[in-house]
Amino acid sequence: MAIFKLKINGKQYQVDVDPSTPVLWVLRDHLKMMGTKYGCGVAQCGACTIHLDGEAVRSCITFVDSVGDQEITTIEGLSENGDHPVQEAWLEHDVAQCGYCQPGQIMSAAALLNSNPHPGDEEIETAMSGNICRCGTYTRIKQAIKTAANS
Amino acid sequence: MTIEKTTLDRRAFLRSSVMAGGGLVLGLSWLASAASAVEKATDVSASEWANFNAFLKIGEDGRVTIFSPNPEGGQGVLTAMPMIVAEELDVDWKNVVVEQAPLDTKLYSRQYMGGSNSIRSGWNPLRKAGATARQMLREAAAQSWHVPVGEVTTAKGVLHHKSSGKSATYGELATAAASIPVPADVELKAVKDFAIIGTSPKNVVGKEIVTGKPLFGYDIQEEDMRIAMIVHPPAFGMKLKSFNASSVKTMPGIKDVFQIKVFNEDYVWEHFDTVTFNELVAIVGNSTWEVMNAKLMLEVEWEQIQDHTITRNDYYAGKQELNIPSKPENSDWHKSASAEMAAQPGNVLRKDGNPEDAFRNAAKIIESTFIGPWLAHNNMEPYSFFAHVTDEWAKLKGPNQKPGLTVNALSHRLGMPVEKIEVEMTRMGGAFGRRSYAHWMIEAALISQHVKAPVKLVYSREDDMTGGIYRPYYRADYRAALDKNNKLIAFHVKAGGLVESPLINPNLFPAGAVDNYLAESWQIDSNITIGSYRAPRSNFMAVAEQSFLDEVAEAAGIDPIEFRLELLDRVKTNPVGERVGYDADRLAGVIKLLKEKAGTGQAGVHRGVSAYFAHGTYVAQALDIIIEKGKPKTKNVCCTVDCGIVINPDGLKNQAEGSIVDGIGVAMYGNLTFTNGVPDQNNFDTYEMIRYGDPLLPETIDIHFVESEVDPTGMGEPAFPPIMAALANALYKAKGKRLYSQPFVNDLG
Ligand code: FES
Ligand code: FES
Repeated sequence: MAIFKLKINGKQYQVDVDPSTPVLWVLRDHLKMMGTKYGCGVAQCGACTIHLDGEAVRSCITFVDSVGDQEITTIEGLSENGDHPVQEAWLEHDVAQCGYCQPGQIMSAAALLNSNPHPGDEEIETAMSGNICRCGTYTRIKQAIKTAANS
Repeated sequence: MTIEKTTLDRRAFLRSSVMAGGGLVLGLSWLASAASAVEKATDVSASEWANFNAFLKIGEDGRVTIFSPNPEGGQGVLTAMPMIVAEELDVDWKNVVVEQAPLDTKLYSRQYMGGSNSIRSGWNPLRKAGATARQMLREAAAQSWHVPVGEVTTAKGVLHHKSSGKSATYGELATAAASIPVPADVELKAVKDFAIIGTSPKNVVGKEIVTGKPLFGYDIQEEDMRIAMIVHPPAFGMKLKSFNASSVKTMPGIKDVFQIKVFNEDYVWEHFDTVTFNELVAIVGNSTWEVMNAKLMLEVEWEQIQDHTITRNDYYAGKQELNIPSKPENSDWHKSASAEMAAQPGNVLRKDGNPEDAFRNAAKIIESTFIGPWLAHNNMEPYSFFAHVTDEWAKLKGPNQKPGLTVNALSHRLGMPVEKIEVEMTRMGGAFGRRSYAHWMIEAALISQHVKAPVKLVYSREDDMTGGIYRPYYRADYRAALDKNNKLIAFHVKAGGLVESPLINPNLFPAGAVDNYLAESWQIDSNITIGSYRAPRSNFMAVAEQSFLDEVAEAAGIDPIEFRLELLDRVKTNPVGERVGYDADRLAGVIKLLKEKAGTGQAGVHRGVSAYFAHGTYVAQALDIIIEKGKPKTKNVCCTVDCGIVINPDGLKNQAEGSIVDGIGVAMYGNLTFTNGVPDQNNFDTYEMIRYGDPLLPETIDIHFVESEVDPTGMGEPAFPPIMAALANALYKAKGKRLYSQPFVNDLG
């Protein structure tokens, strides 16, 4: 066990965990932030996507001791009132079905638009190919990303 | 307007009551046929009302709370079911708050999801619930204004009396309405007067989803809650022999390691009690990561099972003895054993005319064999359930499609009456049939009972994917006979699979359209467990049949759409045999609408079509492929649907789009194989799922509904099975190669 200081969604947190604990479980089990989801644990589904200094990473394989002073953003902190352009576009297109994959999808999409405000189809596909949706909402997600890019 | 008699099921309305702080609560038994609820209904005491969970509440502020009784897993009932109530109640949708009702087997019957049935069976009771409350509010207004009730009208939550100019909101009269006796008859709106049904309000929990609120079973947090995981055998046909917990018990955060037994040996399984591994090791600890690590370190010995039988009450077949062979199974064996069965006569399910003679006299015979592999459900949320079991009561919370049924198994196993067990339903992170089963709810309860603490059981992705209850391996052999004029004179289908045959209804299309018809089935025992999977059985029969019909149409030299329409004409005018299990007009209706909406297609576009009736709804699809950089790419899918009255058009479109994407993915990649009983795939690095950037993911999807006043049917499944055939037929046009065996990716190269 070791003490780690983490900056998450603009706030400081301190946790006492094994250094090999993935950030996913630090968020969910220790800090009770349930927005970041577990889907595979092996970086294959994207459900656990968070931002580290604005870049999308899979928190299920990001160990807590590798974070250092990089800033973590989770779905809970993406916007104050759930009104980030990507979240609004998601609502406008009523994207979600079961909704389980959607926090991860939104975090991947938001990171993409951070670095590339007007992505083309292929860029969207590449950036989003790590996020699986069993409910098959991909077509709406693409429309929502385009709406968010234009807002 | 129709007058709907409530007389027969009047006692199903429990009663109305004043809610704490004023307002109306109206409760009713979910389906009038719930006899036990009716008996109990007459003696509900006032004190029981305190915790009463009913269909709807109207507060004095005019806010309407509607409880959605069925579990939600992405199919949209949490929005659609309350829309039906609100429609008949005649309120403004923006004043409606929707809440998930808890499991209450006395209050609601059929509180489950499956077979695209939530809306089908909920339609009438939900309408009556809304209409009854509206009627009581009108009575209350009539009494307080001293006017005839017939003159009291409603609009968007306001009561009006025209000649006196009086008006009042529902909220103002809600408390008074609570003392009005529940009426014997209620008026239901005419379809043309619908104001909410047919509009597309957004998902009622959309905002919670996009902000990551803890809606799912995996997200449950309760005070003093422990995390539990199970360790199950690595292979089908194996069971627990012994384990050594000493090294694990001392690991950080680990509280306990012990064995649980899901059911006792003499237990008779109900339909959804399937359990793959009855004896499990449970590990309980403080956090998921610590328990996951302990799982890796646990020393366990497994041994081969013995041949044995399990008694089970099958939903369709009644009481069954299931033979469970001990032999570890391989995918090669599934293939060869199926081929052997297909070569022998099967159980005849339907026979019209004289198929043997017709085949003997045929000018042309077309024969094909189709294979569907084992499929894992791969809901994005792995299984989880919260349980807190004490000697006196049990509280459970989590995702389950059939809580109203599976709670009985739990009650039996805990030896605790159902009344002492509270089950709360969470949103399901995908359901697709797999969450119909009880086992992990029972596992969670047994673990909590053992450690005497609240526990959340979580499965890893690997536990989930290798845990059984799959869509089984299926095979179908088709033969068709054409005479010298290319008329279809005989049709033969023989289908079977591991544990069950996918063919249980032999009266579906093209039965009734062919003079000489034979349908046969077979099945093979297996130690791999099977269960419901999105659009059970039709998820295979549709692709096999609709691909085969395409082949037959080609052999007959007829356009595939015209070929189907001609066969349906025959069913309409002069059906063969006594039973036709579909409405030929409605099936022809979606095909004709498809012809109109999809147009003729452009040069360079390869179109595959398909049409199927499943789970109450009729669907036809045209999938267009182009070749780009030498590779097939899906441009557009046009899909026409007849699901009766369309409640939430955009919600239903989302379901159809998702089913189409999922169907393309499953047909291309879905595949679970076995080596010595061990699943060869256990996570998404080996089990392929459709992703962004896949060229076969449609660029666009258009959905069109047949206008209809027929009672609505569901949409969570029906667009899923036929798309696989539309894909196969389009790929055939594009590549010149028929695809008979899923996953198609193996044959496409
Ligand atoms: S849980 Fe991290 S990518 Fe699947
Ligand atoms: S919405 Fe269900 S998995 Fe994406």
